[in-house]
Parts: sequence; structure tokens; C-alpha cells
Amino acid sequence: MSANPLLELRGIDKSFGPVQVLRDVAFAAYPGEVTALVGDNGAGKSTLVKCISGIYPVDAGEFVFDGRPVTINSPRDAASLGIEVVYQDLALCDNLDIVQNMFLGREKRNGLVLDEPTMEQMAAETLAGLSVRTVKSLRQHVSSLSGGQRQTVAIAKAVLWNSKLVILDEPTAALGVAQTAQVLELVRRLADNGLAVVLISHNMNDVFAVSDRIAALYLGQMVAQVKTTEITHAQVVELITAGRSGELGLAADPGVNGNGAAPADSTAGGVS
Amino acid sequence: MSITAVTKEGPAAVAPAPTVGSHVRDYWQRVRGGDIGALPAVAGLLVLCTIFSIMRPSFLTAGNFANLFTQGAAVTLIAMGLVFVLLLGEIDLSAGFASGVCAAVLANLVTVLGYPWYVAVLAALLTGMVIGTTLGFLVAKVGIPSFVVTLAGFLAFQGVVLLLMKEGRNISVREPVVVAIVNRNMPVALGWTLAAIAVAGFAVVQLLRYRSRAARNLINDPFAVVLGRIAALALVLGLAVYVLNLERSLNTLITSLKGVPIVVPIVAVLLVVLTFVLQRTSYGRHIYAVGGNREAARRAGINVDRIRISAFMICSTMAAVGGIVAASRANSVDPNTGGSNVLLYAVGAAVIGGTSLFGGKGRILDAVLGGAVVAVIDNGMGLMGYSSGVKYVVTGVVLLLAASVDALSRRRASATGNR
Repeated sequence: MSANPLLELRGIDKSFGPVQVLRDVAFAAYPGEVTALVGDNGAGKSTLVKCISGIYPVDAGEFVFDGRPVTINSPRDAASLGIEVVYQDLALCDNLDIVQNMFLGREKRNGLVLDEPTMEQMAAETLAGLSVRTVKSLRQHVSSLSGGQRQTVAIAKAVLWNSKLVILDEPTAALGVAQTAQVLELVRRLADNGLAVVLISHNMNDVFAVSDRIAALYLGQMVAQVKTTEITHAQVVELITAGRSGELGLAADPGVNGNGAAPADSTAGGVS
Repeated sequence: MSITAVTKEGPAAVAPAPTVGSHVRDYWQRVRGGDIGALPAVAGLLVLCTIFSIMRPSFLTAGNFANLFTQGAAVTLIAMGLVFVLLLGEIDLSAGFASGVCAAVLANLVTVLGYPWYVAVLAALLTGMVIGTTLGFLVAKVGIPSFVVTLAGFLAFQGVVLLLMKEGRNISVREPVVVAIVNRNMPVALGWTLAAIAVAGFAVVQLLRYRSRAARNLINDPFAVVLGRIAALALVLGLAVYVLNLERSLNTLITSLKGVPIVVPIVAVLLVVLTFVLQRTSYGRHIYAVGGNREAARRAGINVDRIRISAFMICSTMAAVGGIVAASRANSVDPNTGGSNVLLYAVGAAVIGGTSLFGGKGRILDAVLGGAVVAVIDNGMGLMGYSSGVKYVVTGVVLLLAASVDALSRRRASATGNR
């Protein structure tokens, strides 16, 4: 496992009016690994992701990317760093085709004119690189695709840009068994290609199937970030529902949490 | 994607080696799946023309054919602008009276103040641009629903026209260039030359695209389909120019009346330019994206507010063009210019042509086809001696029909998974 995290967050605070959604959150994602981000509804997973991707500004805290401190103020900033997010609601335009969706907002141009052949070729190569063979035509509208195919397109869109960090928000939530297996396989392949992958999921089977590390959020606080091999199913569920599990979590000694995610240790286990 | 409506609709790449047969089958499948595009407008146009030709032989004369163009031009131009706003899922109810305001500005400048025509035309276009920017700002930045903003505009601009007309006077427009737009024709040879240039240009674009896709081993439309598309355009343009170049004067001893009305190439150029903007630039792509899924567009880093404001700006500017054409056709501007049925005809034209009221789907060509349908109804029923009352009712029913076709095809499309 690589020693240095690609992305590291320290002391992230975020409030919406009087509601504090994220409280002193620390988080790290490593290249070549799948980091699962778990937590109950309302724990702040999606908010954290939106902070990383520049959709929400954070109130406090620092971002370190590839060893350099950075600020992310907009989705464009995140994209230029190589951070791509695949959202739960996919963020695809139904009325556009696969190629158009994959290049949305970053179209290849030839002077003033869209360079459709280049875009189509790049899209085809990316899908082939991910061993995706389920799509009949790159020029079919996204509206005609199945849930798994849409997820595939969304993921392909994220890796098209030589991205370094891909965040997947509940990629299997709406999928059937076979499609879930397909998407998880794709997730694993991304990490094996050297990308840092963050997987948000409610499904413990999925988490244990593909992740290398697990980070648990509880009511806006990061209660643990540990290696998947060092934690059990039941412990993760306890962390999600109660914020603690034995030595792990809120009331425990802060030093125990990180297990290798060194900088995360100091802040991870609610100091209060 | 293509300029000829019937042969092809939207992106169509089929399995490995598409043949003409598979291409047609593919198109038919999309139609059955609810993606009917401009099909109802084309079918309606053919049916209406057939009926009117049988009922009133005078419908099928060169003179009346030219009338259709000059009568439908203003509404079509406004509809072309409306397509941008409709693509975003918004509406502009003020487009009619916005065109009236711009026409009033034009008339005041050329007739009352005596400015040259180009100053007046420029001022009218600028007025449209300012109106559109204001409307767009109120919708996108302030966050008022476009229905309310433009309804307020509808009322206010009606008043502005009255004020500009000094409480209801009618200002005649005698400026020769402005009058010529609709009332004069191009020389016969120029008509043919422009038609030939248009077909040649279309052919070059189509063949270059075919070649560049073939060179990259991308799935291509069958070559026969590409040729067919070019031939179809050549046929339609050739026929139209031929008929318009026939002698239309009742008494050739007094005056000769033949040639393509000057407004036709104006509409054609705007059709090509705006189609290019929508289909071939990233700005156009972003319009579709915002109309399809605003949140997705925002997350893709598209400046949604700017896209929305610019769409309203284009809409009102096109309304100004429509207003100029209307002033030219009537040789005057009165307080009702751009009023009564103009707006509803324009919205109707866009929707009848196949632009969805739900956003995300539509082309500039839709406005032209729909505008043709509206013009044919208006013209044909006039020839048959029906009163305005009947005309309004029929146009209303046709608009309702078109909107139901839109809604039903959406339902069918979601049932078959096409949307």
C-alpha cells in the first residue's frame, strides 16, 4: 500500500445556517486503493463529497492534494486537480447522447466548431479501456440506457480526463444484482489502474467486496478510518449507527483510530 | 443534425455497418419509440396543402406561394428565437410585443426622425437585445419564473408600443431599403445562384463530415443516405426557386413580378447560422444540456445563468428581426404591430414544428416548418373566405394538437425507454 495519501482533508467544518453538517472532519484517499466512505443517512457523506468537488465551499479546514495545500472553490478547480465525482443522481443529461454527456462542459473544439470525431474516438477508447462492451452505440441518447449502463457512462465520464481521484456516490444503489457486480468490478479496475477511488455506499457487502479502507462518518464527525482487513462487518455497522465500536470511534482514545492514516489520527476521533 | 428534416433525425449510428435499409429501419424505430421530431409538421403541411389546393385552386399559384413566404416570415423569425428559450424549458410571452417595440423604434427613427435605414435597423436590434437581457436577468439572477416575467413584459411592452406611437397613431414606413425586405424580389439569376451555393455548401459539409468519420473508422451513415440528403435539399430548393421565379404579375404589360422575395434568403441565412450555433458549437450543446438537466449542466461547470440570459437575449433579438420584417411588410407600424395573434402563432410554430415545451428538444428548422404550417392555415383559410374567428379557432386547435403530440410522444418515449 502506498504511504502517502493523494488527497487529505484536515479539520473540515461545514454548516448550512444553524445546522452544522460537518464537524472537524479528517479524511484521506490513497492512490491505487478504494476507500469506502460509510455513514447513516444525514451523516454528511454527500456534503463531504460536495465540499471535495467544489460545489459547496467549506467553512474551515485544509485540503492537501498530492502533497500540496490547495483550495477548491468550484467544480472547475476540482476538475483541474484531477478530482472527478460520479453523483448518486448521475448528473447525466437524458436528451444528449453518450459522447455529448462524457464531454459535457469540456467539449473538444476545432476553433469554433465542436470536434465530434475526436470526442467520439476518445469516448470509444475510454470505454474500451474500462472493458465496457455493453453499450450498443455511442450516439444513442442516455435516456435509452439501463441503470447499469448509465452508471458506466458516468464512471467513464469521470475517468476520461486522466483523473487521479474518482469519487463514486452510491453507484450501486439503484442496480440489480448482475449490474452491481459489473459496476463493482469497474470500481476495482479503476483502483488497479492506479487511481484513488472513494466509494460511498450503504451496502456492507459492496464495501467489503471492493474497499481497501473504510472511513465512517457519524453525525458529521469522522469516527474512524481503518483498513478493511482490520475491521469486521459488525464493527462497521456499530460505527455507523452508534459512532463507536469497542476501541474505535467517538469515546475512544484518539490515538487508536487512524491505523496508518497517520495525519488523520490527530483529528479523527472526536477530541471532545 | 441535418438540414433536411424527413430523411434523418438526431444522431443515428447503428450497429457495425449501417446500410440504407438498416438506416430507414432505425429511423422508423425511433419514430415508433416516440422520437417523432418534425414528422407531424411535415405531414400536416402536406395534408393542408393538398386540401387547400383541391378546395381553392388559387392556393396553388406562384403568386400565392410567394405570399406564403412574406406572410409567414415575421412569425417564423420570432419562432426561431423562441426555440432557444423553449429549449431551456422556459417561455417568452413578451416576444410578440417585444417585436412591436422594436418595430416602433425603427419606424420612429426612419420616418419621424429621418435617420438612415441602417441606424434604425441597428437600433431596433439593440432594443431587442436590451429587452432580452433584462428579461433573462430577471429570470436567471432574480429567480422570477419566466412565465411571470414575460407576462409582465407582454403587458408593459404593449404599453410601450402605444407610447412610442404617440397614443395610437400609425407611423408609415416609406424608407426604400426597409420596404424592400419583404416587398421586393431578387433578380431571377441571383435566386438560382444563391440556391446553388446553398446546395453546394451543404454537400461540401456533408461529404467532409463523411470523409473525416470514415478516416477515423467511426460508424458512418450510409453513403447513399448522405447523397439522398443532398439530393433532397437540391430538389426542395430548386422547386421553390423555380416557382418563385415564375411570373406572378397579373398583367405583365404594367409590371413584372418575379423572383425570390428578399426576406427568404434572410430567413435561410438565419436558419443556417442559428442551426450552426445550436448543433456545432459548445454554446449550443450547453443550451441543450441546461434544458435537459440543469443540475447536471451546473456540475459540468457550465455557467447556467449566463446560458439562460443569453437565450432570452437571442429570443428578443430575433423578435426584433421579426418586428423589422413585419414593419416592412405592412409599410407601417401601428399600436397592434406584434400584437393579437403574433406571439401565439410564433409559439405555435415552434411547437408544431416539434420543439418540446418541456425543454431539451427542438431545432431551428422546427420553427421554419411550424411557421410554414401556420402560414398555410392562415393563408388557405383566408382564401376559403373564413372569418378571423374561424382562423383563430383552427390555429388554436392545431396548437393544442401539436402540444398533445409532444406530450403523448414524451409519454411513449418514457414507456419505451427513449427518454
